[in-house]
Amino acid sequence: MTRASNSPPLLVVEDLKTHFFTRRGVTKAVDGVSFTLLAGETLALVGESGCGKSVTCLSLVRLVPEPAGRIVGGRVLFEGQDLLQKSSAEMRRIRGKRIAMVLQDPMTSLNPALTIGTQVGEVVRLHQGLRGDSLRQRVLEALRRLRISAAETRLSHYPHQFSGGMRQRVSSAIALSCAPRLLIADEPTTSLDVTIQAQYLDLLREVQASAGVAVILVTHDFGIVAAIADRVAVMYAGRIVEMGSTAQIFDRPSHPYTRALLRCLPAAERGRQPLVEIGGQPPDLARLPDGCPFVPRCPDRLPICETKFPPLVAIAAGHDAHCWAALPATESAAPLVGGSGGGAAVAPPQSH
Amino acid sequence: MLEGVGLKKYFPAASGFAVGRPGAWVKALDGVSVRVAEGETLGIVGESGSGKTTLAKLCLLLERPTAGALRFDGKDTAAFDRDDLRRYRRSVQAVFQDPYSSLNPRMRVEDIVAEPLPADGGVSRAVVAERVREVLQLVGLRRESGALYPHEFSGGQRQRIAIARALVTYPKFLVLDEPVSALDVSIRAQILNLLKRLQEQLGLAYMFISHDLAAARYLATRLAVMYAGKLVEVGECDAVYTEPLHPYTEALLSAALPLHPGTRRQRIVLGGEVPSPVNPPEGCRFHPRCPRAMAQCSRQEPEWKEVKPRRFTACHLY
Repeated sequence: MTRASNSPPLLVVEDLKTHFFTRRGVTKAVDGVSFTLLAGETLALVGESGCGKSVTCLSLVRLVPEPAGRIVGGRVLFEGQDLLQKSSAEMRRIRGKRIAMVLQDPMTSLNPALTIGTQVGEVVRLHQGLRGDSLRQRVLEALRRLRISAAETRLSHYPHQFSGGMRQRVSSAIALSCAPRLLIADEPTTSLDVTIQAQYLDLLREVQASAGVAVILVTHDFGIVAAIADRVAVMYAGRIVEMGSTAQIFDRPSHPYTRALLRCLPAAERGRQPLVEIGGQPPDLARLPDGCPFVPRCPDRLPICETKFPPLVAIAAGHDAHCWAALPATESAAPLVGGSGGGAAVAPPQSH
Repeated sequence: MLEGVGLKKYFPAASGFAVGRPGAWVKALDGVSVRVAEGETLGIVGESGSGKTTLAKLCLLLERPTAGALRFDGKDTAAFDRDDLRRYRRSVQAVFQDPYSSLNPRMRVEDIVAEPLPADGGVSRAVVAERVREVLQLVGLRRESGALYPHEFSGGQRQRIAIARALVTYPKFLVLDEPVSALDVSIRAQILNLLKRLQEQLGLAYMFISHDLAAARYLATRLAVMYAGKLVEVGECDAVYTEPLHPYTEALLSAALPLHPGTRRQRIVLGGEVPSPVNPPEGCRFHPRCPRAMAQCSRQEPEWKEVKPRRFTACHLY
């Protein structure tokens, strides 16, 4: 992992808000998400279903399903330019070329009626204008890099002729064919078997290191985080509640939600020790409380948690959490940012 | 209690509109012998296509074995009469992977849960309703939730409904086919804990099918590892984890994800893919991917033997 710490970050997301306007009211799927990503870095977005991980990713590439969903605030600075100000034509030139995506189920993200060669070639042709033999060479190169054996014969095959692991490698080959700067991988190994998952993660890491691609990895599995992430952002109810390096998050989880997620993970090493459950359900994103949304499920709650959204508390350099209980007991150490809490309309400022 | 001996299940490999004798067979299960004793959990792990689900279907009598016998309490299931069959279906129930597709969205929860109760059992509606409320409470749902429809529940709650339906006939054996794979990590813990509590409370035996080794270890007392339609290793769960005998078990364990970033270890990453069940490799089915393959592995199929007390494997290394 090469990381130039003083070069400007590849991606800066500031106070991103994506809401869905439904008959039941406004669902705040993403409600003030901020983070930065350096070139070549792997950031894991972790949380339960419905916490806003996938909507965050879709917002970055402006693929939020409209008209119900709308990005209502914030900035997404990619290589210094705000993607939220781009026209749809400009976005089309960025998507697939500068920012690529790999989705969970390669069976549904690949077109069953087109050959693999056509599908990989389409991206290369559109973004790089290659034709004929040079196009073919580039496609073969992309497939070989993802270790698709006998790539020449594979070009004329259809997705159903590939196994699950190979299909995921094909869709990764499509994603990486135009040398993107950022790869968004949304649960890329969920549909894969254990040994195939290990193969894929190793390969992803290797390709990433050689191509210098930054990766945003969406997952609910802390095992995958431990295996390949550099930094971790834990999401709950549309917000990032804790962020830090992978080692910091595992060694000193500072938000009760992070601690709970880590504890409820069954791990072979732990054998039959009872699993600690997180009671209750994630909150209804259309009716978020004024205080911390984790309160009803939180073992460490304080009276103040019910009324005010917690401030961002610095735990260590590059590691912070939104939690009242994480504040030093002496209380003289002031929070980084005042928690404005407030009603649903006034979102607390967040900055990282 | 349940014993399968030399179970085989071949499916005809359909090729277009070919009529008559199929030329090729998909050997989904090719000579598997397993035993589940009263009150124990047999964990079955393996990758897609290893035959786990086919084994589950045979145990549920949803498929007939091509060869081999399945005995329940000493009696061959092939010789079951109507009453035996009815009794079997009451004692052996199942929970499947996806609680979104295994519950009928147009039925109320109370009807879903009551469905396995025999219609001709001669029990009154009030008794059925009371039993339904009882099992709903047993799985941690509110007694009144029977009046609702499945869409009003979250994924974890739906899996509880599926478990309640399995329990309503007072079974003694549950086949759990990937019951937590479709669930979020936090919900997974709830369901695993529930299954464990129910087992202790009701003395159930489980066949727990999973590709998640950690989940299998959490519940299983004995573990069976499958590969390409065959068993490669069976043993006490802890022993298999601490000292795997078969190279495939070893690779499977090492492919499991680390618990902590500090323990990113050197994994044994298997090359290649799971072999085709139509044309499995000669000799040991694992030899093309095996890091420790020897010359004889490609020629001769290894014998199933007890390598150490209560530890069984099929591998030429032993």
